[in-house]
Amino acid sequence: MIEIQDIRKSFGDNDVLKGISGTFEAGVTNLIIGGSGSGKSTLLKCMVGLHRPEDGIVNYDGREFTSMNFEEKIEIRKEIGMLFQGSALFDSMTVEDNIMFPLNMFTEQSVSEKLDRANFCLERVNLEGKNKLYPAELSGGMKKRVGIARAIAMNPKYLFVDEPNSGLDPKTSIVIDELIKELTEEYNTTTIVVTHDMNSVMGIGDYILFLHEGKKFWEGSNKEIAHTDVEELNDFVFASRFMKAAKGKF
Amino acid sequence: MNFIGVGSLGLIAIISTFIGAVMTLQIAFQLVSDFIPKTIIGSVNRDSSILELSPTITAIVLAGKIGSAISSEIGTMRVSEQIDALEIMGINSPGYLILPKIIAGITMVPLLVIMSMFLSIAGGYLGGTLSGAVSPSEYIEGITTDFNPYTIVVALTKAFVFGFIITSVPAYEGFYVKGGALEVAQASTRAVVVSCISILVCDYLVTQLLL
Repeated sequence: MIEIQDIRKSFGDNDVLKGISGTFEAGVTNLIIGGSGSGKSTLLKCMVGLHRPEDGIVNYDGREFTSMNFEEKIEIRKEIGMLFQGSALFDSMTVEDNIMFPLNMFTEQSVSEKLDRANFCLERVNLEGKNKLYPAELSGGMKKRVGIARAIAMNPKYLFVDEPNSGLDPKTSIVIDELIKELTEEYNTTTIVVTHDMNSVMGIGDYILFLHEGKKFWEGSNKEIAHTDVEELNDFVFASRFMKAAKGKF
Repeated sequence: MNFIGVGSLGLIAIISTFIGAVMTLQIAFQLVSDFIPKTIIGSVNRDSSILELSPTITAIVLAGKIGSAISSEIGTMRVSEQIDALEIMGINSPGYLILPKIIAGITMVPLLVIMSMFLSIAGGYLGGTLSGAVSPSEYIEGITTDFNPYTIVVALTKAFVFGFIITSVPAYEGFYVKGGALEVAQASTRAVVVSCISILVCDYLVTQLLL
């Protein structure tokens, strides 16, 4: 479980996060949603320590991350897997080496054990036999899946996913969403997904935190989101004519 | 080490040989007095190559070749979130990405400079004898007369400093780049310019301090 309390972050005079709090449970898919510039990616980066918040607390199962020193944070980070928006695969390494990279850095496993783990992760994301390909040889969806395979290589307790559907076709997006949900339930990870994709919201949003202009405006599940009377959330969720027309059917 | 050292051998060899040859011709062109022995051509070429041309030209050429590569490699890793990925994994990204490059720079650049010294002096021999500006025996007598080994110490000190500049400045520029492809290219250009200026300033300072 990850708890955040009163997270504040600004860049110069621009207050991006204005006191966000929330609780993200293990075993369910937690979504942070909001429009562009609402602060959702900044919040995610504050949670994993890529940004230092000016104020507020991030707790990983009771361990206060924000006040930890560098060495203590490393121990938490070994329990974190993250899929980046652009996948962030290492260009100079093959798919297999990308997945084995955290294992090489932090485990004492033999080469064959690491290879077995890499193959298992690749099978888990339906990319068996793609071990020797380089990232440049992969499609966008395959890169995302390799990114997920790398993120789960160390059996993370916490999985962060930044815009998993950006640049993907709707069908591939659903595959990625379902994979994230499956892995979350299978390994009981605390998964936090930053997205503004409404298919993801409706499909996998067990817990949803809606940000607007740096503030938390709403929280709930995908079953509740269609019936809210929060104006800003309705403007976001039912922005398209299609969604407006479909609203009554949810 | 392979990229910085072995990958630069050919370029440094060609440049050093031709610079040595041209230096000999220019020294011979300027020393037309009958009172100055032609052996001086070899001596001047030797000292110029060891003290200045080999370290400085090698460093400036490497700043262009290696500096831009380091800056754009690390810059691309930054804008494509690969450095963030390293940090999320709990890896000290400067230590993992930059330190090996600096170690490669401070070890390989002095080796390249040593090779450059030999080739520059050999190039001088070829240029001088093929053009008839100086006879082989006069050139060899020139390069072996009054040799001061301390000049090698000065040259290698310069090479060590330049090796650090060539790798650390571009790594810094790449590591702290913000934006996208355009900013990576700008950082790469800035890295080469700053490296070259730093090399020339440090060249002056080291020469002032050691000679």
